[in-house]
Amino acid sequence: MADYPSELKYTKDHEWAKKTGSSVVVGVTWYAQDASGALVYCELPKVGASLKAGESFGVIESTKAVSELFAPLSGKVTKINDEVVSSPSLINDDPYGKGWLIELELANAAEYDGLMDSKTYVSKLEQK
Amino acid sequence: MAKQTPLNAAHRKLNGRMVDFAGWDMPVQYTGVEKEHEAVRTSVGLFDVSHMGEIEFKGPGALAEANRLITNDLAKAADGQAVYAGLLNEKGGFVDDVVAYRFSPEHIFICVNASNAAKDFEWMKAHAKTVKPVNRSDDFAQIAVQGPKAFALVQRLANKPLDGVGTYRFTQGQVAGVDCIISRTGYTGEDGFELYCAPGGAEALWFALLEGGKGDGCVPVGLGARDSLRTEMKYSLYGNDIDDQHTPLEAGLGWIVKWDKGDFIGKAALEAQKAQGVPRKLVGFELTEAGIPRSHYAILKDGQKVGEVTSGTMGPSIKKAVGIGYVPTALSAEGATFHVEIRGRPVGAKVVKTPFYKK
Repeated sequence: MADYPSELKYTKDHEWAKKTGSSVVVGVTWYAQDASGALVYCELPKVGASLKAGESFGVIESTKAVSELFAPLSGKVTKINDEVVSSPSLINDDPYGKGWLIELELANAAEYDGLMDSKTYVSKLEQK
Repeated sequence: MAKQTPLNAAHRKLNGRMVDFAGWDMPVQYTGVEKEHEAVRTSVGLFDVSHMGEIEFKGPGALAEANRLITNDLAKAADGQAVYAGLLNEKGGFVDDVVAYRFSPEHIFICVNASNAAKDFEWMKAHAKTVKPVNRSDDFAQIAVQGPKAFALVQRLANKPLDGVGTYRFTQGQVAGVDCIISRTGYTGEDGFELYCAPGGAEALWFALLEGGKGDGCVPVGLGARDSLRTEMKYSLYGNDIDDQHTPLEAGLGWIVKWDKGDFIGKAALEAQKAQGVPRKLVGFELTEAGIPRSHYAILKDGQKVGEVTSGTMGPSIKKAVGIGYVPTALSAEGATFHVEIRGRPVGAKVVKTPFYKK
């Protein structure tokens, strides 16, 4: 069921970010995976790539459609989740856990505080 | 405001995820594209295809009139038989692809695509000489029942034996007490029926089928799985794989063109194209590297754009990323290789035999 953990930050593009020290882990929200349907393909950037907030960094695809992934924050990719590339359904099954996508080393730590908290994100979803 | 079929309330009751399709408010899925796709391949699924249009020719000369508009030959069909056909413009391009039903030489009933129904009707009206077409689209709902268990399900609810109704044959009878045209046709590659009934009977028929198929795992199926099922069979979708810029010869549908039946609109253009050689062909291909082809992606050979993908998906039954697209004839043979440009990157592809899905 729909779930938006309060310890995460969110974007209007339906990504979440979670701070762990100076890096953040990034994934897509429950809403994003549900709207996409069963995912069958995932394309992620290479480790070392530099991302700008708002920039496309990959795609997730269902049988029916392609959804772009947008970087919630600027920074350098330090890890990618190889498991979701080989088993994209992990994103559907566990979007905040095993379905994480990338880890970023933040370019500007202050950006993180500018993201939405779960309450704000949920109220945005309810306006849809 | 999108138009609604007589089953709109049923879709909402069944938690259909509704989208706008060709101006109609239609379910893209209920529980998930893959599950629905799988149910049709292994058991039975129901599709609301009431948005499709129906146009009728009735009276003396109806057969000759309709036959002059389409590529296939209703004169060679029996009463109670249907044919898949092209409705072409003078240049040989598709105005639409249709299924024409021969009730009798004086009664021809043509099922057309939802997105083209108004255009087709105007086209037929403008080109019919003696027998004028009647647009019956508002008089019919249509439910497709598809899958290996579809026959038994419809038979259990029908008031007459259906084993004599072979592929592309039809009969009239009652299913769950609702008067229907019972047609052994479909768009999935599976056995089954398409049931045409009055709009007022559609909901009762829909729920009777759903209830009657419960033990078989019968589920409602949305447009998402309808598209993945037909793509696995390389069945053309109008607006994607065929349109007014492409001929049946280019689309690999030469078999629906009957050259010996007398004149029909587009015939001269097709003869000229046949004589000159068909410049491009619609092929089925699979990717040889990671990715999923999608419509409008460029097809590249030696770095140059030579064609375009018209449909593509990750086939749920075949578990492969496959696509359909137009390529120059020289690249259309089985085994020919090219690239599909996916987000700026060339990804390897090769032409394969179709249908992609085989039992």
